[in-house]
Formats: sequence, C-alpha cells, structure tokens
Amino acid sequence: MDYAYALQQLINGVTLGMIYGLIAVGYTMVYGIIGMINFAHGDIFMVGAFLSMIALLGLAALGITWVPLALALTLLFAAAITALYGWTVERVAYRPLRGSFRLAPLISAIGMSITLQNYVQVSQGARVKPIEAVIPGGIQVMNQGGFTVELSWMQIAIVATTLAILAVFTWLVKRTPLGRTMRACEQDLKMASLLGIDTDRTISLTFVIGAALAAVAGLMFLLYYGVIDFYIGFIAGIKAFTAAVLGGIGSLPGAVLGGLLIGLIEVFWSAYFSVEYKDVAAFSILIIVLIFMPTGILGRAEVEKV
Amino acid sequence: MTALLSLSGVTAFYGAIQALRGIDLTVRRGEIVTLIGANGAGKSTLMMTICGNPRARTGQILHEGQDITQWPTHRIMRRGIAQAPEGRRIFGRMTVHENLLMGAEVAGRTDIPDRLEQVFALFPRLKERMTQRGGTLSGGEQQMLAIGRALMSRPSLLLLDEPSLGLAPLVVRQIFSAIRDLNRATGLTVLLVEQNAYQALRLAHRGYVLVNGAITMAGTGAELLARPEIRAAYLEGGHA
Repeated sequence: MDYAYALQQLINGVTLGMIYGLIAVGYTMVYGIIGMINFAHGDIFMVGAFLSMIALLGLAALGITWVPLALALTLLFAAAITALYGWTVERVAYRPLRGSFRLAPLISAIGMSITLQNYVQVSQGARVKPIEAVIPGGIQVMNQGGFTVELSWMQIAIVATTLAILAVFTWLVKRTPLGRTMRACEQDLKMASLLGIDTDRTISLTFVIGAALAAVAGLMFLLYYGVIDFYIGFIAGIKAFTAAVLGGIGSLPGAVLGGLLIGLIEVFWSAYFSVEYKDVAAFSILIIVLIFMPTGILGRAEVEKV
Repeated sequence: MTALLSLSGVTAFYGAIQALRGIDLTVRRGEIVTLIGANGAGKSTLMMTICGNPRARTGQILHEGQDITQWPTHRIMRRGIAQAPEGRRIFGRMTVHENLLMGAEVAGRTDIPDRLEQVFALFPRLKERMTQRGGTLSGGEQQMLAIGRALMSRPSLLLLDEPSLGLAPLVVRQIFSAIRDLNRATGLTVLLVEQNAYQALRLAHRGYVLVNGAITMAGTGAELLARPEIRAAYLEGGHA
C-alpha cells in the first residue's frame, strides 16, 4: 500500500470537504427553518468569493500586505457584505412569497441564482480571475518512495478556520438565547410567534448567518484554488446541497459531515479512478445513501414539514 | 369591571372558507371565560384570530382599549397575552427547561429563576422532568408544560385551547384546579376553549357557545349548565 499517496489525498479531501461543509450549513439552516431549498445559496458563495478577491486586491493597493491582517480584514468585509446580499435576497425574493404555494419560493430562488450569476458576469467580466498565492509554502509530513506528502499552510488555515467558526457557530445555536430562538423557529414557527418572537426577523437572521458562512467558504475557495469565475457557485452549490442532503438536511453536524464525505469521495475517486467521473461518484454515493437512509446520515425521521 | 379583551363583529377566513361570523365577545379582568362548542365550530380559530393568525378580516379586537386587530402576532403576544395552543405545540427537541425559557422570551428574560419557581410550584412534575426533552413527556406533562410555558411571560390574559384533550380525568382535574388556583391567587384572566363542556362551565365565571363560527348563547357558567339545549348538545352522555 502506498500510504503516503493516500495520506495526501486525505489531507486534500478534508480541506475540500470543509469548504463544502461551510456552504452546506447555509442550505441546511434555511431548510430547517422555512422548509425551502435556497437555490441561490451557491451563488451567494460565489459573490462571497468575488468580494474576497476585491477586498484582497483593494487592501494590497492600500499597502496592507501583512497577510494575517489582510486576511482578517478580507474575511470581515466579505462576510459582512455577503450577509447583506443574503438578507436582501430573502427580503426581495422569498418573504413576499411566504404563505404562497410551496414551489413559488423555489422558483424564485432559481431566478435569484440566475440574477446573481449574470450580475457578477456583467459587473466583473466573464473571464476566470486569478490571484497570486496569498499563503505559499507548507510542511512536508513524510516521504515515501519519492512521493512527498505536503500539508500546505493554506490547508492548515482552511481546516483550522472552519473548525473554529463551526465551534463558535455550534455554541451560538446550542447555548445562547439567540440560538434557542432559532431552534424554536426551526421546530415550530407558528408557536414561536405565539411566544412573541418576531419570526421574520429570525428568518432574516438565518439567511444572514448562512450567507456569512458562505462568504468564508468563498474566501477559502479563492485562496485554495487561486481562480474564480461567476459560475463557481453552480457546481459548488450543487455539491454543498448534496452534502446537506447526504448528512441529513436540517441537521447542522450532518451538513459538515456530508461536506467532508463529499470532499473525500471526490478527491479519492479522482486519485484512484478517474477525475472525469468524480462528480458521478459523489452523486452516486448520495443516491445509495438515500435509498437506505432516506433522511440522510444524521437526519431526523420527521423532517417533512406540513 | 373593565373589559380586558373585547371582540366586536370579528370575522375570519381560511382561504375562501369563513371560519368566524361576526363574533362579539368580552373578557373582563379577573374572569375565567369559557368558549364551548363542537369540533370544527371555530373555537381554535377564534383563539388564533385574537393572536393575529389568521388576522380578522372585519371587525375589531381591543386589548386594554388598544385596537390590535391588524397587529402581527409577535407584537400582540408582547402585550401580556399568552396562549397554550391547540395540540400543545411543545418544542419536542428542546428540554423542558428550554421550553419554559422560550416562554419568557417576551419578558426580556428577566428574573427567570423566580418565574421558573412559580411554574414548578404549580406543576412540580415539570421540575422533575427539567432536563428531559419535551417530546418524551406524557400527554398530561406536555399540557402542563404548555401552560407553564405560557405562564413564564406572566401574562395578564391566558388563552387555553383544550387543555383537557386526550388526558386522563385525574390529570384534567389537576390542570383545572391549577387554573382555578391561579385565577384566585393572582387574578389571572383566562379564556378557556373546551369540548369538555361540563368541567369548563363549572370552572368558568361565564361562557359562550360557538356553533358554526357564530356565538349562539352566552351566560354565566351556572346558567349555561342549566340550559336544556346545552345539556342535550354538549353534556348528555359525558356527565349526567
């Protein structure tokens, strides 16, 4: 067995899985609270990636080149503005349709997805945008038969940041009054309003948090791959959605777990079988899991909302 | 006595179906008022319409003199109105403690320990079950939790929708006596919806009878209990 090669794939897969997981959280939260799939969420992620790029270039132009500071500022900027996009999309495209038939917001979401793609295409251009590596280098973990396993600083940064953000986020949902309100709305929106909770506000907040997490994923995607275009939200969005369903839609740990699994499947399949069929592999696993566990790995049986 | 809540000419619809037809109803401060009627008469709709979901299409709802007819639900509930709704609607994946805390959301989460103690004094069982998930409670315990949760906001008006539904007679008696004690001790005003007409009319100061979305009779509990048509429609068979 070639452990070194496998280890390298594991590292790559986990990194990719973290990015998917962050996006998947946004899908799963929105589904949990209003029972809709926000098809524009992938494009919110794409907007987050573009805003990150704009911020990084802007900061470089201003002469702020110390990497930790530049990244922190970029993260804040991208998360804040992307959150505003998320809030606006809900306010403009979904809230007016609340109480309408079930498919209405779904169709509206597809419309928002196309709108965001075209908006970025027109305003930023259709060509692929490259940036220079912001965090170069890494550490060599081991060497086996001439194959060097490398763990880049970037990968460490991505995994560490994701874990930190998810830890804070989990604490927020599980331990704070705000999180309790969100869970209440997720379990029974009508009852929450009977307890004096402004449910529209909580729903908005869900979109804001989901978008901010997508922006973090966008920044990581940009740093990891070094290139973005207006279309990255589509594939990444579908993958993250798959991750959310695989993990059990509505479940937060499920979203992260699903993201990790999709990332690992994709990377290992590419490494040992064929790159061309990596998406097929990921989606096949989804189908197989759903046949045996219709609510996903960590999903609850009573997810279906009336 | 002043009217704490008054409805005049209230109508409400579910889609094209009219659920309430010109409801006139008054609840005075310190009263227990009951609303009895058959399944589908519109009792729960009336409770929900007071809370703004669905909103009244016509007519007026006044709470402490303030017109709340077109207010959103969460604003109405912040005026000191609380509801233990039909079907209890416990947050099944939250603990009993968390469920109760949700009830104090409107109160700005102040003096929580005090509020909890009051609820536990009324329903000691909830204290034993504090760390258990709401969904694992028995029906009676869930009902206690629903009422306890509503009380956490220290409401001036408590709306109770069929607290006796599906519960053993002993538990029903326990819950009804808790309501009576609360009313006597704190002057809590209660609007109680019941199918269990006999118990409800005995508990209440006054009652209304709802038939097909309209009020057909009103009077004191004793008056209504004595009416032959009430006995025939709602009491025969149940309690003689």
